[in-house]
Amino acid sequence: MANAESVVFRKSYHIEGGNFQSAGSVSKKIKQILKQLNIDGEIIWRAMIVAYEAEMNVVLYASEAEVILEISPKKICMIFKDKGPGIPDIPLAMTEGYSTATREMRERGFGAGLGLPNIKKTADNFDIQSTVGSGTQLIIDINIF
Amino acid sequence: MRLKEIIDALNLEILNQGDHLDDVVQGGYSGDLLSDVIASTRKNDLWITIQTHENIIAVASLKDLSGIILAKNSVPLNETLKNAKNESVTLLRSPMTSFELVAALSNLGISGKR
Repeated sequence: MANAESVVFRKSYHIEGGNFQSAGSVSKKIKQILKQLNIDGEIIWRAMIVAYEAEMNVVLYASEAEVILEISPKKICMIFKDKGPGIPDIPLAMTEGYSTATREMRERGFGAGLGLPNIKKTADNFDIQSTVGSGTQLIIDINIF
Repeated sequence: MRLKEIIDALNLEILNQGDHLDDVVQGGYSGDLLSDVIASTRKNDLWITIQTHENIIAVASLKDLSGIILAKNSVPLNETLKNAKNESVTLLRSPMTSFELVAALSNLGISGKR
């Protein structure tokens, strides 16, 4: 999370779990903000990988989530705080290829077990906290400089 | 090579024109796992897939792809067509398999190099 004084832009969004029709819409709103702020295309490209993966995780597994976007001169910070089943074994969930996706999700091309590893690889800083039966929080930073 | 020239050369069916026909296609990617595609595609890539649901449009839009080619004459869901229209994503279709499409694009000089 950025220092409160240095945040130049802050906005929150809501994601509805299970809604495939609107999946990606929060990522798209974030992209529009980043474009308006004239942030470099390569940084937006990386921000979209993590935003979409995190958004899809909510759509696929959680009931809902709040997303907080904070932009400071040095970084883009995205916090995804969901209400959902939580992750019992985070190191296992971070393993490439591991997934608890249903058959229906897999048929849609999800559940390859790449989402969280992709976020970790792409982000400059990544933190994941989860409470089983309550939900999961991701804090993802993409450095601007 | 511009997307409209590729459409002519490969005789692709235009399901939704979008606003990318004049894009210069920089490369291509073939894949049906959305996490792989979101991580691996670059701006102005042309994406070949057999996925037909609406989430492919979000991926193409977020990653600024030139367009999507549905291989094997795959039939998109109504929501996919609707979203393609709303997001101005160019959605194309071909009876060729993904493999044949990659080969044909390669013959046109479209590279898959990352």
